[in-house]
Amino acid sequence: MVGGGGMGGGLLENANPLIYERSGERPVTAGEEDEQVPDSIDAREIFDIRQCRARAGTESLFLYFPHLIRSINDPEHPLTLEELNVVEQVRVQVSDPESTVAVAFTPTIPHCSMATLIGLSIKVKLLRSLPQRFKMDVHITPGTHASEHAVNKQLADKERVAAALENTHLLEVVNQCLSARS
Amino acid sequence: MAAAAALEAVAPTGALWGLVHDFVMGQQEGPADQVAADVKSGSYTVLQVVEALGSSLENPEPRTRARGIQLLSQVLLQCQSLLLEKEVVHLILFYENRLKDHHLVIPSVLQGLRALSLCVALPPGLAVSVLKAIFQEVHVQSLPQVDRHTVYSIITNFMQTREEGPFVEELFEVTSCYFPIDFTPPPNDPHGIQREDLILSLRAVLASTPRFAEFLLPLLIEKVDSEILSAKLDSLQTLNACCAVYGQKELKDFLPSLWASIRREVFQTASERVEADGLAALHSLTACLSRSVLRADAEDLLDSFLSNILQDCRHHLCEPDMKLVWPSAKLLQAAAGASARACDHITSNVLPLLLEQFHKHSQSNQRRTILEMILGFLKLHQKWSYEDKDERPLNGFKDQLCSLVFMALTDPSTQLQLVGIRTLAVLGAQPDLLSSGDLELAVGHLYRLSFLEEDSQSCRVAALEASGALAALYPVAFSSHLVPKLAEELCRGELDLAKGDEPTKCSRHLRCLQALSAVSTHPSIVKETLPLLLQHLFQMNKGSMVAGTSEVIAICQSLQQVAEKCQRDPESCWYFHQTAIPCLLALAVQASMPEKEHSVPRKVLLEDEVLAAMVSVIGTATTHLSPDLAAQSVARIVPLFLDGDISFLPENSFPCRFQPFQDGSSGQRRLVALLMAFVCSLPRSVEIPQLNQLMRELVELSCCPSCPSSSTAAAKCFAGLLNKLPAGQQLDEFLQLAVDKVEAGLSPGPCRSQAFTLLLWVTKALVLRYHPLSSCLTHRLMGLLSDPELGPTAADGFSLLMSDCTDVLTRAGHAEVRIMFRQRFFTDNVPALVQGFHAASQDVKPNYLKGLSHVLNRLPKPVLLPELPTLLSLLLEALSCSDCVVQLSTLSCLQPLLLEAPQVMSLHVDTLVSKFLNLSSSPSMAVRIAALQCMHALTRLPTPVLLPYKPQVIRALAKPLDDKKRLVRKEAVSARGEWFLLGSPGS
Repeated sequence: MVGGGGMGGGLLENANPLIYERSGERPVTAGEEDEQVPDSIDAREIFDIRQCRARAGTESLFLYFPHLIRSINDPEHPLTLEELNVVEQVRVQVSDPESTVAVAFTPTIPHCSMATLIGLSIKVKLLRSLPQRFKMDVHITPGTHASEHAVNKQLADKERVAAALENTHLLEVVNQCLSARS
Repeated sequence: MAAAAALEAVAPTGALWGLVHDFVMGQQEGPADQVAADVKSGSYTVLQVVEALGSSLENPEPRTRARGIQLLSQVLLQCQSLLLEKEVVHLILFYENRLKDHHLVIPSVLQGLRALSLCVALPPGLAVSVLKAIFQEVHVQSLPQVDRHTVYSIITNFMQTREEGPFVEELFEVTSCYFPIDFTPPPNDPHGIQREDLILSLRAVLASTPRFAEFLLPLLIEKVDSEILSAKLDSLQTLNACCAVYGQKELKDFLPSLWASIRREVFQTASERVEADGLAALHSLTACLSRSVLRADAEDLLDSFLSNILQDCRHHLCEPDMKLVWPSAKLLQAAAGASARACDHITSNVLPLLLEQFHKHSQSNQRRTILEMILGFLKLHQKWSYEDKDERPLNGFKDQLCSLVFMALTDPSTQLQLVGIRTLAVLGAQPDLLSSGDLELAVGHLYRLSFLEEDSQSCRVAALEASGALAALYPVAFSSHLVPKLAEELCRGELDLAKGDEPTKCSRHLRCLQALSAVSTHPSIVKETLPLLLQHLFQMNKGSMVAGTSEVIAICQSLQQVAEKCQRDPESCWYFHQTAIPCLLALAVQASMPEKEHSVPRKVLLEDEVLAAMVSVIGTATTHLSPDLAAQSVARIVPLFLDGDISFLPENSFPCRFQPFQDGSSGQRRLVALLMAFVCSLPRSVEIPQLNQLMRELVELSCCPSCPSSSTAAAKCFAGLLNKLPAGQQLDEFLQLAVDKVEAGLSPGPCRSQAFTLLLWVTKALVLRYHPLSSCLTHRLMGLLSDPELGPTAADGFSLLMSDCTDVLTRAGHAEVRIMFRQRFFTDNVPALVQGFHAASQDVKPNYLKGLSHVLNRLPKPVLLPELPTLLSLLLEALSCSDCVVQLSTLSCLQPLLLEAPQVMSLHVDTLVSKFLNLSSSPSMAVRIAALQCMHALTRLPTPVLLPYKPQVIRALAKPLDDKKRLVRKEAVSARGEWFLLGSPGS
């Protein structure tokens, strides 16, 4: 409809144009196709791992929690699903040689009750998608949630994360977020 | 006997009575068709049928009455076209009356009415009366489905005669209660009805008449507001369909609500489909308002509607955070795209605003967003042509737009430059908008942008494209301001190159060449650029220059692009051909001359890569020639090669004769590739002089062991000509010649590999055209798979047979290529390949697998899929083959099979898991990727089969997560993610 290349993404255009430059598939470079050249794990790669969660998972997540649907349909504050879920690439810090990843995510509203769950989903996705050598830190973007500290503490606690994943109901919800088939 | 026949002829109605009795009382179905056929043939009238039915229609038993009416209805359904108006009136009265009858009778009554609703002879007013009777006597909504369908058919039939008048609301009620369709047919539905069919049929009814508008529009507005995605989409699409038949009158009262709903959806939706359908609906609404014919005193709703849209959208364009900028722009553009009037109205309001916003914002990315919106509005203007030059709405903004575009073109942000270039191209496409001064400036910018550095590649490409588009429209501006500058640059490049090789100068030279070919979009410009390029090529090959291979190839690529652009215009095409080809040939012949002192630069032209680049220029310059012009050219080029006739070459004083076929010098022989490029691109109807001699020379050269590239070129040339020859004695002779040569060559000796190449190319030429001899030659080729020396080459030969060539045997080059040749090759030869594999000794088995892999690889997957189960055991065996080509091809065959036939594959799960995991650590990246994709596809197998493997697979897939290649990691991530979900709650 509008303009030409790169604008198929639709809604991302609402936001700051910087975001939509990043949207779409990461173009495959010649280096990536060269068998010999090693490609290090970078922030974009983590972002893509995360994004596939956001793209595939959000709808089911929101169907599951009707109050979130209301918040996106609030005509006074028109927000889009993508905006709700964008984990900006700048908030992903990764060091391949040091084997560390840090992801900050921004809950939709400061009292979002789903913050722990969203954090947990990110954490599980990273656990499943990154080599074991990586130490991962998932936390709330500072100053964006009322109980930021408590949530961060839970997410950092290995035992709690493991225990949470023993909980069938929680695992079910997390899996729903991660399922590409939904 | 004779008496009986006479009796029947006298009283045909006697037979009728019998048939009626059989149907009504005897419960036989056959007589109905018989009666209908008799009525059609005129043996008796409908009235007589009614008379014959008489008693059964009055029978006290409702089943008998039903049966009687059923017979009449079935007859009417077949014979309604024969009815007279008078008969229709009587029948309708009868049927309307019968609607009061027992409920068992109703279905047959409705069938009869349906038959009557199809009548052309339906007197006015009767449709109304029928519908009235139906709605009065029958509660449609509680009828069984079949009968409801009959009612809708009656309604639909009447709709086509536009007579629903007083019953609009009732009709609407009975149809709209199904909207929106939320029924999903069961997967085993015997009627094969899809949900989409139901949606479309209902939409066709609802949108069939403007009279439904007052009832339908509120319903649509309500459903757009619903929470259910499918309801929103269906409503928006139905609204879109309605706009095709509605007018201003129908829409008038609902415009504010419709706009409010559409706006809300586009502003807030998360779904791209809702957005697209919303925009489409707005577009149709505006188009509908634009085309309505108004009464003199009526108010034009278009203006107020557009003003409404503008009022709600324009402030978003000015908000500093730019949050709703894009949805607003899309809405405005959807409306503006509907008509010239809407476009004027909206752009005249929006453009000044956007121009102002551009200057208000200082960041490049914000400016880019604004310019992109401006671009969107400008593009809409291209849809409408304006008769009167002064009325063109963009004229008033031209200066501002130009200065803004030029500002964008000099901005440091590549992204903003890119949009600037696209905007410039759109402005230029507006007739008579840009002044010559603007054009001069624009050309200056484009010149600068064509030489941008490596990191702004996308900008440079866009600038070249824009130059091409604009040069076609303003050839004079480009001839006078751009071509001279490029010519100067080219000369400077020649001097620089002579001085020494600096990479920056090299790339500048390359860009100059690309710019020259990019602007060659107008015949008058080609007449300037082509001589420049050829002159440059001559200069590069003068003794003093040190021309590198890459520079010469770059020139050839430029020439090739110019040739492509010339293909559209027959005159330019001939100009290019007769200018460039003699030049190229002269240079090549010159280079092929034996020289006393070995000067290196001249030989550049004889290198394989350079020759390939020239081949492609010659091919492109030949395929589009008209047959008579091509004949002129062939009459000069074939004698050049066969007789050394150099008279048509521009510089033709050579130290010795040019005799590529007789002479022993390998340099001259290499030029056969150029002959191939030319003769194999000619239209089939062009007769080739001295064909017999030419073919014999080519066969001879193809098996000459001294130089592999010239013998291959000869084989290809021979095959290319063979493919185009009509069937007949001449073709058979040439084939015999080739077969004899191949057989002689394949016997132990020095030229086995040449003979094989000839066999391969001849086979390909015949396979492509389904020649009967092709199977025999393919068989010979297959036999070579077990040849210890030629086996591996023969296996790779199957790849050539199945793939598309670029230089000979192409459709573009007029070769005879049947579309299904790959499928046919597969069906004809795969059984033999499989058999050969089983019979072969262990050391040559891989050759068969590889040959098979090539065949399977090139076949379209949907064709392949049904055949694969029979090959399954072979494919599983092939997974253990150490050859990468075989592995890759096998994996790519198994992957769709896993998705399509999981049940069959389940039986082999153990083998599959272990082999795939094994291959996921192959040294070849492509194999690793394919193996992981197969691991992913494995998750489609039934979960209980997979669960025992889950822990093992998840552990094993942790390793490729740390692969050194990102593309491999990506596949590992998605495969492992799916395996985690197997059998887990919530997946």
